[in-house]
Amino acid sequence: MTTFTVTDLRHLFASSEGLAGNPAFGPDELDVALADLGYDSLAMLELAAIVQREYGVRMPDDCVIEMTTPRAAIEYINRRLTEVNAA
Amino acid sequence: MTTSHAVVTGIGVVAPTGVTTAEHWASVLAGKSGLGRITRFDAGDYPVRVAGQVPGFRATEQVPARLVPQTDRGTHFGLVAAADALIDARVDPQELPEYEMAVVTAASSGGTEFGQHEMERLYTKGPDWVGAYQSIAWFYAATTGQVSIRHGMRGPCGVICTEQAGGLDVLGQSRRLLGSGSRLVLGGGSDASLCPYGLVAQLSNGGLSADPDPARAYLPFDADAAGYVPGEGAAMLVVEDEAAAATRGAPVYGRITGYAAGFDPPPGSPRPPVLARTIRAALAEARLDPGDVDMVFADAAGQPDADRREAEALAEIFTPGGVPVTAPKTLTGRMYAAGAALDVATALLALRAGVIPPTAPVARPASGPALDLVSETRSSDPRTALVLARGHGGFTAALVVTAPRKDTA
Repeated sequence: MTTFTVTDLRHLFASSEGLAGNPAFGPDELDVALADLGYDSLAMLELAAIVQREYGVRMPDDCVIEMTTPRAAIEYINRRLTEVNAA
Repeated sequence: MTTSHAVVTGIGVVAPTGVTTAEHWASVLAGKSGLGRITRFDAGDYPVRVAGQVPGFRATEQVPARLVPQTDRGTHFGLVAAADALIDARVDPQELPEYEMAVVTAASSGGTEFGQHEMERLYTKGPDWVGAYQSIAWFYAATTGQVSIRHGMRGPCGVICTEQAGGLDVLGQSRRLLGSGSRLVLGGGSDASLCPYGLVAQLSNGGLSADPDPARAYLPFDADAAGYVPGEGAAMLVVEDEAAAATRGAPVYGRITGYAAGFDPPPGSPRPPVLARTIRAALAEARLDPGDVDMVFADAAGQPDADRREAEALAEIFTPGGVPVTAPKTLTGRMYAAGAALDVATALLALRAGVIPPTAPVARPASGPALDLVSETRSSDPRTALVLARGHGGFTAALVVTAPRKDTA
């Protein structure tokens, strides 16, 4: 089963030019608000679209409400992946 | 209802004639045209081959990196022109109350090129491939919003969509906002529609020139006039209350002393076009007689009927040949929402320099009322300029700018 890691998140942020923010956030910044790292709600919708495309998992629009920090985003995406794998 | 003490203290220009105000003004004085064969895409199969394209503009060098892929080319132009205008006016928005600074821009097409790119992804790959930024980048108000966010200008913000007339309408609106709590307004226009989708949309009005020769494609007021050339770019102006500008020691280009807008009757109506009435209203508000006007920046549609109507309105008010008329937009093409704002900028630069800038020479004047078309720079120390603009569908606007009072120059 696929596990989504912080490395994957950094990779996604860095791979999309429309997501230029701060992909190099360190271990101490996993609980910093994504908004403070340079990612607004539109950026998180863009991220959701990329996850949908690359991982084949549906990401509802309200995912933005849950993905507030890098750690929350990683956990949210992993939950979505688990649900897909369980289905 | 409106304040008559609005002054312009800053100018920012991105145009086919140059990507700075200084470059643009030098091109105008030299009569150096920015028209050429379309190179931004292969226009070989399109009936329009000539356009006014902005040369040497690199968004990545002038627009914050994060915004470049999130916004359209028209917004890139607007962001650069806005930043330049603020610097020119010696304004640091961070030092002023954020709710007392407003942004009003005109737009005719929205983010056309950005939208085309996203539609290509939609049709070739599917809806999941349409980026989230399409939701804001296409929008007419995108430039206003991005300028407002970038500079923290959170006063009344808006967008006006009256095609070519929009470049004047935003300045009328800017002046109005000065009377209701805004101390400084960025007003102007930006448009960039030289992509296949954008060009096809422009073709629908039937007014574009099909002549493939850049020197012959746009000949307003000439017997060979056969349409206009499309242009792209942005012009932004900092508008302030005269007393407030004087208090902070700001340089003043000139005063906005009169503005009026009208709307043409529908085709076939027995009522006359509104241009003459709109000019009279603008002059009346400026408390000027026609004889006080030193130069007219014409709308110069380049279409025989529209040119004749403009010449008739000018003859009615100023007598035939009774006022110097110029159309520097012959060097840029018609820049849609940005065009008239650029004309106002050029008029203010001309007032400062004490010259009437030239228009492309007319070889064979069209029939109709005589015009005193300025074909070479005239050093006649103009003090007052009338700028005219007509937008597709009947939008009409006139704006009067006068040289600053001697003690504030």
